[in-house]
Amino acid sequence: MCGIAGLIHKGKQAQIGGQMTSMLSALRHRGPDSTGLALYGAIEAGSEINSYVMRIKLAEQEETLHGFRIAQQILERKKMIDERLQEMGASSVEGEKVREYAYRYTFSYDGDLRRLANYLEDIEGVEILSIGNSLELIKDLGDAQVLSEQYSLAGFVGTHAIGHTRMATESDVDIRSAHPYWAYPFADIAVVHNGQLTNYWNSRRALERSGHRFTSNCDSELIAVYIADCIAQGGKLQDAMESSIDAFDGVFTYLVATHDSLGMAKDTMAAKPMVLYEDENFIALASEEVAIRSIFPHEIDTTDPYEGEVRVWHH
Amino acid sequence: MASLGDNSADMGMHHERLGGRERQAFFEIEEAENFTYPDSYEVDYNKRGTIDAAVLDAREVNKQIRSLMSEGYGTIILQNPGAKHSLAVGILNRLNLYIEGSLGYFGCGLIDGPNIRIKGRVGWSCAENMMSGTVVIEKNAGSTFGAALRGGDLVCKGDVGSRTGIDMKGGTIIVGGKTGILSGFMMQRGRMIVCGDAGANLGDSMYDGTIFVGGEIASLGVDASEGELTELEEGFLQRKLKLYDIALPKRWRKVVSGKQLWNYDNLEPSEKKLVL
Repeated sequence: MCGIAGLIHKGKQAQIGGQMTSMLSALRHRGPDSTGLALYGAIEAGSEINSYVMRIKLAEQEETLHGFRIAQQILERKKMIDERLQEMGASSVEGEKVREYAYRYTFSYDGDLRRLANYLEDIEGVEILSIGNSLELIKDLGDAQVLSEQYSLAGFVGTHAIGHTRMATESDVDIRSAHPYWAYPFADIAVVHNGQLTNYWNSRRALERSGHRFTSNCDSELIAVYIADCIAQGGKLQDAMESSIDAFDGVFTYLVATHDSLGMAKDTMAAKPMVLYEDENFIALASEEVAIRSIFPHEIDTTDPYEGEVRVWHH
Repeated sequence: MASLGDNSADMGMHHERLGGRERQAFFEIEEAENFTYPDSYEVDYNKRGTIDAAVLDAREVNKQIRSLMSEGYGTIILQNPGAKHSLAVGILNRLNLYIEGSLGYFGCGLIDGPNIRIKGRVGWSCAENMMSGTVVIEKNAGSTFGAALRGGDLVCKGDVGSRTGIDMKGGTIIVGGKTGILSGFMMQRGRMIVCGDAGANLGDSMYDGTIFVGGEIASLGVDASEGELTELEEGFLQRKLKLYDIALPKRWRKVVSGKQLWNYDNLEPSEKKLVL
């Protein structure tokens, strides 16, 4: 059934890593197979638009346990990434090992992001989880507490975030199938989704004909690419999300985040849950109120968004 | 081997003779005082107990409610419910229960008899399959509010989500605010009172029962149609809302079943499709 959650602080930063860990831990019963977060760190004033942070996976967790000479392969893949970044003209490249198979890169780059992403993903076994000016997408097997400890998320400071706890139903228990999904190759756009899109293949083929590529067979990725495509064509996030209500069949509630915004959309049947807390400084959403309660010690007022409702909040 | 009938009679249960749509009278009104569950407890409303749910899980909270009732407590205050799921379920007893906070999903389900007041909001499927008693919620409620309700009064003073009263078979649902899509879907009996606006497909495929709406109706569902409000019904609405301190809307719209869909005619399936 999966659980989704999101939050945004208006005009300030907070320890969103810890807050999201707390919310997703409260949703553990909705899916303990894998957990993922799209965290948006603050973009420092004066920092250049061509400064990127990239989260990348060099192997599946399972491979590192049972794979044949996998440690050597990971080192080779890492070397190839460094070489290709340099070859593509990326500068100030810094790669930090977070786990045996997961790296965090920062670099400056002025070229076409799609070309860069395609070239890096051309390396066998390599998957880019996210590229953005502020987005850092972290996902792995296990629950939120495990993820938080492995990736040191408790102290992550930022402005907004979305997250997902996954109950694997239609694909494997691996990092590739974990959520959130980055809108490859659009910087800073990520989606988490609870539901099922029944016109997935038709919609995907239409986007593929427009030149988009997909890294998985998951319908959540379709939402991310659809939204990114609308924005790339000059649309606003609110408009893109409103058009998605008619464009997608099935039952769904999803959250989308961009570099400065958080959006929520619910299908016309309102078949998937979502609870909303909103005050003038802070917005939190989750599949269950118990997740929002996990970061509020006091009594709060919440509401259920209605069928076909789209809301967008800006940092 | 003892027959099923003997066992159920020993337990004090009444036999139901199934006879189509005929309405069954299960007991005489004079018997009402004796109509309690075999394992229900004698409670005193003046004996008050408190449960702090902050560090308890749902099972433990429900066990403690039962434990207090077994000791004769007729009034229980539940503190810090923290929007946990499945709290205050399966209470088949007379009881005044005050919940000082909000409930998660499936709160107050499968109850028969208690009067419950909830200071906060409730999540999805509140009071599902409720048989009798009252549940009053001060704030908002989630979807499938009062699903398969069979009796009693279920009141939300705020807004509720979609599919309110889906499959309800009796009782009264009162909504102080608005309600979402497909409210009253497949409703079979009972009354739903919505003081605010109602979402699309109101009363879709309803068999019977009545829906009263004080605001706008986005659209009627399949086989739902507007009826004429009687003086008797107007009086009923006034009394009910006054009872729960909810403001009376300026005008009412009444929605009933068109009775074209479910066994009300001799149409062939293909003809029914044409009607719909």
